[in-house]
Amino acid sequence: MNLRAVRAIVRKDLSVVLQSKAVLLPIIIVPAVMLLVLPILASFAPQFVNIPGASDLGELLERMPETFTQRFAGLSEEQTIVTLMLVYLFAPMYLIVPLMVASVIAADAFAGEKERRTLEALLFTPTSDRELLLGKLLSGFVPALAVAWGGFLVYTVVANAAAWPVMGRIFFPTGMWWVLALWVAPAVAALALGATVLVSARVNTFQEAYQIGGVVVLPIVVLLLGQATGVLVFSVALVALLGAVFWAAAAGLLVLGARGFRRGELLARR
Amino acid sequence: MAEPVVVTRALTREFPSEGGTVRAVDALDLTVARGEVVGLLGHNGAGKTTTVRLLAGVLAPTSGSARVFGLDPSVDGVAVRRRVGVSTETPAVDDRLSGRAGLTTFADLYGVPVARVRQRVDELLSSFDLAEAADRKVGTYSRGMRQRLALARALLHDPELLFLDEPTAGLDPVAARAVADRVRGLRGEGRSVILCTHDLAQAQALCDRVVVLEHGRVVAAGAPAALAAGLGAGVRVRFVASAPADVDVAARLSALDGWGGVVAEPGVAATDAPADGGALLVSGVARDAEAVAEAVATLVAGGVRLYAVERELPDLEDVYFALHGKRRKPSAGEVHGGPGAAPAHASRDAFDGTSHGAPAGGEARR
Repeated sequence: MNLRAVRAIVRKDLSVVLQSKAVLLPIIIVPAVMLLVLPILASFAPQFVNIPGASDLGELLERMPETFTQRFAGLSEEQTIVTLMLVYLFAPMYLIVPLMVASVIAADAFAGEKERRTLEALLFTPTSDRELLLGKLLSGFVPALAVAWGGFLVYTVVANAAAWPVMGRIFFPTGMWWVLALWVAPAVAALALGATVLVSARVNTFQEAYQIGGVVVLPIVVLLLGQATGVLVFSVALVALLGAVFWAAAAGLLVLGARGFRRGELLARR
Repeated sequence: MAEPVVVTRALTREFPSEGGTVRAVDALDLTVARGEVVGLLGHNGAGKTTTVRLLAGVLAPTSGSARVFGLDPSVDGVAVRRRVGVSTETPAVDDRLSGRAGLTTFADLYGVPVARVRQRVDELLSSFDLAEAADRKVGTYSRGMRQRLALARALLHDPELLFLDEPTAGLDPVAARAVADRVRGLRGEGRSVILCTHDLAQAQALCDRVVVLEHGRVVAAGAPAALAAGLGAGVRVRFVASAPADVDVAARLSALDGWGGVVAEPGVAATDAPADGGALLVSGVARDAEAVAEAVATLVAGGVRLYAVERELPDLEDVYFALHGKRRKPSAGEVHGGPGAAPAHASRDAFDGTSHGAPAGGEARR
């Protein structure tokens, strides 16, 4: 394996991404909203506890299984609301960050390169198909992890700081969030990459790849709905299981994508 | 012939198409020797670019075989590409990177020794007159600059074999000449070059041999001069003359045995005519040298003053158009030679008896 070539591909793709507003803006804005703005707003939620939206949280809690509500034992109503939102309801939304970053960068690295007609030069280099694929995958995976983990750190600081008046202690991250960040977030990024590789081989533009590949957001939406309706309650065990499922799905997509990733095919489909 | 670096036998590549398959390259036999410049000529879609992709191991053949440096590109593609440089038809340079950053990336990809990367990139930027623009985004480059950058990229790893696909497309004459000089330099260094081009004059000037492709098949191959010489027995001759008002030079020439395709171009200035004007250019295709001698004697005897009698050597352009069954150039003048006589080149076919003047000096296939 020619790791120097792989590094060169990653470096090139990231340099190109950093020059593109179409790619860079979602990578900045989405995590900023999810991991900075929302936790700040959530920390102020107890002040609005009497407004209709906030009272829904109380109803939501009543629908939850007893094993879940026990986690809030000893907390005041305000602390319960903050914990419910920052620890549980926002957890699936956090997963959108690595998913989105991986999707958008991979779409640019695969289909975007075809669209810009720069792919052919890369295909004539003495790299193997495997090195080319690995370089392209890492181009999406590394920044997805960097943003996800950086975002996790920011979220930790913001959540604890903003909720300090209510919680009076450092309450975040919980064990479940550690599993979410270290185990599930990379799996989600890999899942997004797998989908984008499959899609990118068949389309010729960044937009097409990004939009079609974005279908992998559906499992996250299901998780969000599951949490919000009380059907699915995040716990360390469930999150670990989810991670395993995502990794398995990602592995399947990546294997499928790798099988179809042959330089000749990429040119023939243009 | 020196040691071959490229050998193909019945190399074929098909692509799926609506209702079947289309053969982009059809049973191609090609040999390129070390230090040789071989031109691949043909219309768009003739199979030039697909041939390059097959030889670089980017595409796998449907059937047939290829060997580059003795290796099968479809199996040892990485090893082949390590020794091959490619300048693609479109420059394929990334607008968002600087010229220097792009070259540095490809230096890593081509395995240029780490300690040499900076020096090699600087050398090439300077050599291709891009040093001043090296740190600017490629998006700000002119088309010529992008083409030069793509050529520089193809040379990063000192390849032994270069595939240059339309290397002068879109370049101004000065830049095109610089590229041509560089190709000559590469040959001088013992490198082999496969040059895909539409520019027949360039192919004539640069290539040791040319291979003319049509629908993926080789229709002619050989040295440009040999191909041109093989166009037919006819000799195209140009007369710079002046004649009394009642003498129609073109008509007299056409009336002679062994002449055809006579074109008179009155009013065309002849540089080798006398300064008092009145000279005209007449050209035609003679069957042989005897017919030329007979014409000179007859015209002079008829009061025609001849200032120059020149044999026009057929060039690669004649070959190419003959192979594709088309006239070489529209003529400005009147055509003599009887009803239905074709101008210029087409008349040559009447003398050699071939339908399109298939070259005899090289390898011609239909």
